[in-house]
Parts: sequence; structure tokens; C-alpha cells
Amino acid sequence: MQTTLPKKPVAEKTYCYHCGDECLFEPILAHEKHFCCEGCKTVYELLQDNGLCDYYELEQTPGLSLKQPKSSEAYEFLNEEVISKKLIDFTDGKTTKVTFYIPAIHCSSCLWLLENLPRLESSVISSRVNFVKKELTIAFQQDNVSLRKIVELLASIGYAPLITLEDEAKEQKKTSSPNRKLYAQLGVAGFCFGNIMLLSFPEYLGFDGDEEYLKKFVGYLNFLLALPVVFYSAQDYFVSAFKSLRKKFVNIDVPISLGIAALFLRSTYEVFLGGEAGYFDSLAGLLFFLLIGKWFQSKSYDHLSFERNYTSYFPLAVLKWVDGATRNIPVSDIKKGDILLIRNKELIPADGILISPSASVDYSFVTGESDPVKRTQNDLLYAGGRQQGASIKVLIEKNVSQSYLTQLWNHSSFVKENEEQYQQLINVIARYFTMAVMVLATGAFIFWWQQSPTLAVNAFTAVLIVACPCALALATPFTLGNTMVMMGKAGLFLKNTHIIEKMATINRLVFDKTGTLTYAKDGDVTLGGRYSDDELQAIFSVTSHSTHPLSRKLHELLSQRFTQKLPVDKFKEIENKGIEAAVNGKEYRIGSPSFCFEEARVSTTEGNVVYLAIDGITRGHFSIRTKTRSGLKQVIQKLAASFKTTLLSGDRSTEQTLMKEVFPEETPMYFNQTPEMKLEYVATCQASGEKVMMLGDGLNDAGALQKADVGMAISEDVASFSPASDAILDAGSFEKLPTFLLFSRRARQIIFICFGVSFAYNIVGLSFAMTGMLTPLLAAILMPVSSISIVALSTVLVRLVAGRLKLT
Amino acid sequence: MKIIILLISISVVVAIVFLVAFLWAMKSGQYEDTYGPSVRMLFDDNVKKDENKTEK
Repeated sequence: MQTTLPKKPVAEKTYCYHCGDECLFEPILAHEKHFCCEGCKTVYELLQDNGLCDYYELEQTPGLSLKQPKSSEAYEFLNEEVISKKLIDFTDGKTTKVTFYIPAIHCSSCLWLLENLPRLESSVISSRVNFVKKELTIAFQQDNVSLRKIVELLASIGYAPLITLEDEAKEQKKTSSPNRKLYAQLGVAGFCFGNIMLLSFPEYLGFDGDEEYLKKFVGYLNFLLALPVVFYSAQDYFVSAFKSLRKKFVNIDVPISLGIAALFLRSTYEVFLGGEAGYFDSLAGLLFFLLIGKWFQSKSYDHLSFERNYTSYFPLAVLKWVDGATRNIPVSDIKKGDILLIRNKELIPADGILISPSASVDYSFVTGESDPVKRTQNDLLYAGGRQQGASIKVLIEKNVSQSYLTQLWNHSSFVKENEEQYQQLINVIARYFTMAVMVLATGAFIFWWQQSPTLAVNAFTAVLIVACPCALALATPFTLGNTMVMMGKAGLFLKNTHIIEKMATINRLVFDKTGTLTYAKDGDVTLGGRYSDDELQAIFSVTSHSTHPLSRKLHELLSQRFTQKLPVDKFKEIENKGIEAAVNGKEYRIGSPSFCFEEARVSTTEGNVVYLAIDGITRGHFSIRTKTRSGLKQVIQKLAASFKTTLLSGDRSTEQTLMKEVFPEETPMYFNQTPEMKLEYVATCQASGEKVMMLGDGLNDAGALQKADVGMAISEDVASFSPASDAILDAGSFEKLPTFLLFSRRARQIIFICFGVSFAYNIVGLSFAMTGMLTPLLAAILMPVSSISIVALSTVLVRLVAGRLKLT
Repeated sequence: MKIIILLISISVVVAIVFLVAFLWAMKSGQYEDTYGPSVRMLFDDNVKKDENKTEK
């Protein structure tokens, strides 16, 4: 969404019939309805022609703004078989099925319209929406309509599917099947747990002597009910334990599996040979609670997971120049020697030599500097830059895998410690815990062996059963999961729960300036003065030729209104002054006050002011403001009290004095930093034993974000994530940063408290087990109670702390 | 009291029927989209085709 809010030249507020946006300019009147732009009107007409106007009756103004339409070639890559193959679910040569992820699905009107797609395009056989996942599954006759046509149709009615190389919809499909399995496992465990508990009642209350047959019956029934629990619900634990043992590594699933196995084998023995009831109730309860913990964990992961996938930054396909015509090829197919056509605002995917006479490249993605760089013929262009203006031709010098950005990405020091190598607290504890339990169990076994072999076997298995670290296993996911959810609500989104553990150990904060502490790209544009439609369109056309950031800003604002460019003559850009051009015989000047025959009346401290003159007469001005984040000084002061801070900036040192005021004196500040230098700085800090958290805005500090122990990206719009970051902080929650860091430390303390409680349970249980006094009743009570109380304790504590810190 | 064995067996069988029903519902994807069907059933099957014709 546009963040710029111009002053409305229109006196009365009108809202678009289609998208519900406020009409910023003169609304377009058609069919007795108001529309904010041509795009919205076109969609309305398309729907009306097909009798689909019910769309507007189900919900008010359900449509999506089409102010920035994609160019007609935007979906040309879908004609490429390599790409379309990746997207298609199924095809038999006639009918093709494809699933798109459409983020725009938001109401019942969307659902209705998308499911009525066959009426807009007769070759579509069926279309079905999954509202929760925002997915649309379409079956169409591939002989009559191409995939590209379908996507273009969707885009034309405002439901452009999100397509990336690692198609998100596909990713979700992959993750949905293990989730379903978990639900099934949970359902089975819950079912068996309930029934076994019910059937175990008589056992606890005591049987009369003549009801031996009932006792046996209940025992066998419990055994039958326990079978699916062990062999189906507990499957994943056994598999995981087996895998980790094969790697000679002990994870938390090893003692859990050991406990489950011991519980099952001993209970089976007791039911069939010992004539006792066994511990099947504890077994089923244990699994049920463990799976609830797992479900909770995956649920919180699902909510806040995002892909660390840099390919989504590059346009999916690029235009390759072959024999005087262009062809679409996927980014991964680019080879040295290819000639690529880079259109306006497209990223340069690989290093190459400029063939066109001149180019103007915006490297803000890489260097953080927003001023575009001029390049002339035969200059080397680095990957990651964005062409501004007319299309250019580039001769590719390096394969994509070697290019600048991927080099930066694949830099050996970039790869963070593997998740598996990273010693999670729980795994460290699990290793010692398992060993201690084995030692204790063996000790008890040897101790009792001389007195009675039966008692020795009892004590051995009892120790394993009661020491099964279910409460321990639940403490971490529940505490961190709750913390993550609370942070998410407050505006900090984490890649996974491990980040909280990492955040708790941070002692140095490194800040990027551009886009992090100041809004680099984002300023208010104020339209001062009144202009006619023709004049605005002329300004729109003139500014499209300029790459000056201020013209761009202005152009961006006006592109909400216009799409058609007028022919522009005598275009001239005079440095430090402005631009001048002729449109429809009128002379336009946009630039500094003196250039536009105007005394500087508006104070320049507010930011940048651009004047407009038409035929030598000043007509008005536009002011464009940049800001520092609200509460910046207080936040930094709070943070500086408990952390070492550093400022790294890719920009020139123009704002140094301002930053000096904000940061404490001893803070190191570095300007003109390249991404490598930022990365190096973080590495140096880490080498001296510091735990570094890097705060940046995305790609221009991607390396540093990745290298840092915690890389946090600050984002105006949470949807635009940075793949290198571990966490995304909503810009609006910037003031809460010190609280988040404190919260992560508290979360760690809560885990330790839960561990303490869980150990206390275990010690009590173990003391009974070691002395051979553990009864089925005791085990049945102790285990679920300990699990439930740990879950309750961690949830309550996290919420309490969050409330104390005023996070919610 | 031997009748209790029969009763328990029946109750477990009934419970298993519900478990199977749950597993079936889950496998057939009824928990995938919990919003869509509630709206979908309210849509008219015959959307104003006539209106379309008169306008043309």
C-alpha cells in the first residue's frame, strides 16, 4: 500500500465503488458509480458484462485497488515450460490442474468471484478456493487456454497470484501432510487415553475377589487400546530417537522413547504374566500431552515462519535477447554471454557489461545509497542493482551463482551454524539427563538384584518411566512458543523460537542507519496548490523520465492516478536545479525555487521542497519529508544502558551530528560502509566473544544480518520480508525494542524455572522408583500432572511477564 | 455383572466409530478450510443470467 498521503484537491471525499479507497483525484464516473482509477472501472465492467455483479452485493467494496497494474509482459515467463511445469499440480494432456497462492483473498466476495471463474473464462472447468490458506485450485482445458492467460485473467480482476521459484503454495502443500498426520496421531492418542482412563477406574477403586475376570478383561482391552498409541501416535519419537542415535547424538526423544518402550513392555508383561493392571493409562496420557505440546509448537511455527529464500528477490524470469527477439528464461538458466533486456525497475540478476549507451542503476538494495548511479556503454554493472528508466541491454559476464549478490549470500562466513549443530539448551540437558537416568536405573537394578530379581526389574523400569522427561520436553516449546506469539502480537516476528534463546544472550547491538533509524524512502509528499487533470498527467509524464529520487517520489504518487504517458519534448535535467520539458506546447519546470521563479517561502528544515512552474508562472510546490523513527532517542538511551551499541551506515556522513545527539558518546560510528564492511564489523565483534544483534532494513545489510547472532530487519510493511533476517520488527513497534530484548531474557528465566519444577517432580518420582515403591497409581498421577502443571506454569508466567512489561 | 463386559465392548465400538469419523473428516480435508464452506452454501446457484442478457 502507498504510505504517502497527498492533500486532496477534491473537496468532498468520494470512495471507489470497487475497492473502497478514497478517490484522491477527480473520481471517474461510470454506470452511476464512482471509481478511483481506470483499473477499478475496467474490473467492474468486466464483471458486469458477465453478470457477476453479485460480487458487490455480498460485501461492500470488496475489490482490490488496481492502481499499479503490471506490464503486459509481466507473466510472459509462464509460457516457458520449465517454469509452468513447476507450478502445475497435475496434467493429463487435456485437463490441467494448478494451485495458486493468492494473498489478496480476504472476503466472501473474493471467494464467490473466484469460484465463478468458469463464467469469465469458459475453458476453466472448475475453481475452488481454500479460504484459510488463500489458495485457488483451478482445473482448465489446456488446449483452449494457456496458464499465462489464466494468470493474466486473475491479475486483471485484482487477484494476482504470488509466484516465486520456490512457490509458496507448493511449500505449504508439503508441510500440510505431516500436520495432518500429527492431528491423526493426536486424535488417536486422545481417544485411547480417554478410554483407558475410564477403563482403569475399577482398578484404582479396587476389585472384589470374585471379579478377577473383569480385571483381566480390562487389562486386555487396555493393551489393545495402547497398541495404536505406541505404534502409531508415538512413531515419530521412535524414528527421531533412532535417527539421532545413529548419528551418535542423544536428543530429547531418546529418553522419551526409552520411557515409552519401558512403560509399554513392562505393562504388557504385567497384564499378561503378572496379573496386574500395568501403566497403560500413564502411557496414553503421556503421549497425548506430548503430542499436544508438539501440535502447539508446529502451530506457532506455522504462524510465523518465513522462508530464507533469496531467489524471491530476483524477478522470476528475465528477458533474453536472441536473434533480435526477446525470450523469457528462468533466472537459474542465465549463462555467461547471454544478452539480457532489463526493463525499468527490474533487478540486474548477474554481473554484466552494459551494451546500451547509458544506464542509471539504483544500488540501494546493495549499498543502501538511494541515489542512482550513472553508467555508460561498456561499464560493468553489478548484480542487485535496479535499472531506472528506459530498458537496457546487458551482456552477462558471470553465471548467476557467481554474481555479486549470490557471492555475498554464499560467502562462507555467511552460513550460520547449522540448526543441528546449534546446541539447543534442551538437547544439552537431554544428553546429561539420559545418562544420569541410565546410571540411576542401572544402579537401582544392581542394588536390588541381591534382594530380589523381580524388585530389581521393577525398579529399573520404574526409574525409566518416571524419569521420562515429558515435563522437561514441554517446558521449552511452550515457553518459547508463548513468548513468540506474544512478541508477534506486539509487532516482532521471529523466524523460529530458537531466536528467543539467542536474543537473550546478546550483548552488542549494531544499527544500520538508512531505513532502520530513519525512514529513508518514506516521506510524506504534500501536494501544494491546485492543478488540473491535464497538468497532473503532464507532470506524471515528465517525472517518468527523471531518475532523481524526488521526481521518482512524485511520479510514484501520481502513478496512482495515471497510467498513460503523454509525449514529452525537450526534456532536460539540470543538476542541482531541476527538470524542464514541454508537454502539449506548455513548458513545465520542476525543481528548486529559483529555477521555478519563486522565492523560498516554505522552510527547508521540513525536508525537500520541489516547485512547479508552467510557462514561467509558479503554480505550487510539493514537499517531501524524511523522518527519524519516533522515540528514537529514548530507545537508544534505554538500550545503551545495558548493551554496547554501534552505528553502521551505508550513507554519507551527512546526518552524523544528528546521530551523535542520539547515541552515547562512546558509540562507534562508521559511515560509507559497504555490505562487506558491515559483515566484517559484525564478524570482528563476534571474534572478540561478543554476541551481536544486527538491526537493518534488509538486503543492503543482508550479509551482516545473516552473520549476526540475531539479524533483525525493520520493516514498514511486514509482508515485505528480508530473507537474511531472523526476525522482522514492525516499524511501528520500534519503541518496544528494549522491552523485547528484556522479554527474551525473562523467557529464558521462565524456562529455567520450569526446568526446576520439572526436576523436582522427577526427583520425587525417582526417589519412589529407586526404592521400588512406584505403583501404577502414582505414575499415572505424577506424569500428567507434571506435564499439565509445566504447561500451565509456563503459559501463566509468560503472560504475566508480558503484562508486566506492558507488551500487550 | 458379566453383562458389563458386553456393555463396555459396545461402548468402545461406538467410540471407535466416532474416532473413525474424525479421521475420515480429517483425511477428506474438512479441517483445511473452516471458513469457505460456511459462505459457499449461501451463494445462489443461478446467478442472474437473465440480467446479463437484457443488458446486452
